[in-house]
Amino acid sequence: MKIDTELIQKIATLAHLELTEEEVKTFKKDFKEILNTFSILDRIDVKGTKSSFRPLEQKNILREDKIKPSLTQKETLSFTKDHKDGFFIGPKTIE
Amino acid sequence: MTPTTKTPSKKEIQNVLKECETHNKKHHCFTTLCKEEAQKQKKAKGTLSGIYISVKDNICVKDVETTAGSHILKGYLPKFDATTIQKLKEEGATIIGKTSCDAFGFGSFNTNVGKGFSIPKNPHDTKRTTGGSSGGSAAITQLATFPHVSLAESTGGSIACPASFCGIIGLTPTYGRVSRYGLIPYANSLDKIGIMSKKVSEIEPILKVISGFDEKDGTSLKEPLNLNAPKKLRIGIIKESYAKGIDPEIQKALKSILTKLKQKHTITEISLPLTTTYGVACYYILATSEASTNLACLSGLRYGQELPKKNKGFNSYFTEVRTKSFNQESKRRIMIGTFTRMAGYRDAYYIKATKVRTKIIQEYKKAFKTYDVLISPTMPFIAPTFSNIDKMTPLQNYLSDILTVGSNLAGLPHASIPIGKKEGMPIGLLAITDHLKEGTLLQTLKEIEALQ
Repeated sequence: MKIDTELIQKIATLAHLELTEEEVKTFKKDFKEILNTFSILDRIDVKGTKSSFRPLEQKNILREDKIKPSLTQKETLSFTKDHKDGFFIGPKTIE
Repeated sequence: MTPTTKTPSKKEIQNVLKECETHNKKHHCFTTLCKEEAQKQKKAKGTLSGIYISVKDNICVKDVETTAGSHILKGYLPKFDATTIQKLKEEGATIIGKTSCDAFGFGSFNTNVGKGFSIPKNPHDTKRTTGGSSGGSAAITQLATFPHVSLAESTGGSIACPASFCGIIGLTPTYGRVSRYGLIPYANSLDKIGIMSKKVSEIEPILKVISGFDEKDGTSLKEPLNLNAPKKLRIGIIKESYAKGIDPEIQKALKSILTKLKQKHTITEISLPLTTTYGVACYYILATSEASTNLACLSGLRYGQELPKKNKGFNSYFTEVRTKSFNQESKRRIMIGTFTRMAGYRDAYYIKATKVRTKIIQEYKKAFKTYDVLISPTMPFIAPTFSNIDKMTPLQNYLSDILTVGSNLAGLPHASIPIGKKEGMPIGLLAITDHLKEGTLLQTLKEIEALQ
């Protein structure tokens, strides 16, 4: 597959990363080498094989819906310098 | 480590921390030393009183800076203990500090530390790596002269690799055996908290304490810890251990141990062609896919690094804080994982890898019908020098995990134990057992330890 600047930039945008020209060049080279190695998976037939999203099969583990001690609002807000009236201050969501 | 079952005095704790400081100057094992917290910690009387525990920096300890070795989490002070930490404290253990790791566990040599962090150095030769990503844990385990065990974590070999390079024992239990609550995730379906120690006997008391079901971890296992083991072991030596690319001197050390083990146990060769051929590719696709979604929570808003002004739009802010704070390897893995989950590529990479993983698990499960334990070297080479690591490409870095990714993909308990030396540097043997067979694994380690 073609690994070009456009693809690298598209991935970076999706990943919320801004790359320097030098980084684009490096990642282009790395991606070529790494994806070439990953392509070994083309050789194995997995028709009819189920996915393993975890190594052991586990059913949904449920717990009783009971209120238990958790972090207080004060403790939670202590993680940030930027809070007001009990809320985190964040950037604008609509630019 | 001789458990004292005595609550340590202020002076004893002080001496331990002083020793840690000395080691740290030369070997950079710690990111944070719990100078005040270790003294302040309420000392319960329990089975681990008098035992000092160092903790990989991706496991949360209340009020102690926890960064997963990354710059973006610099300054984060968790307001809770990980379940493992809570259990250790309840049994009287003293937490002494957070150990160095590759940022988020992204590395095999502990050289991918975040901005502002120091790279740990191998206790046997400071020009060489400790291995990664639990490198600081391995180094302090080798260096400590006081009763000490380290709590480490493995995603694709991050306990076994540094244990091998530093000449200590590193055990990774079955996936789900130990709660992941409070562990900063790299890849949820692969992450496992485990133990590093100098002697095999030091592992069991810790494993007993940290194992068990935890309703705070949705993948936690309900089955009790099983420490039963057969007296005579059916050992399978993984044929691919003798492949080209594995240091002949490591192969020689392995053969020598096997000759001794043969006197008591049965040993035959077994081939794991799927794991050996597809393991590394399968692992890196799954691990980076999961990492790229996990690290999306690091947005510079609720914890860790923030930008002084939030007057930009969300996307611009998010991008700026991540671009400034992630190191090169974190960016690389986020980029790879974003690609493997991207529309048009997801089926060919991520979904395909989840199916290959099933095949790999099946290959191991079939092997465990005939064998109690599978054995290979832990790493294909001894700890490389930093100058040699500098010459390696990212792909060459990834390929060095060839012997450890299989058991991690399959969530199997495994451990590295030293079996010899080359040029003064330790050689590790990797033992793998079936799911929930921690008892057989410990028995194997005891047998090997007794031969040396």
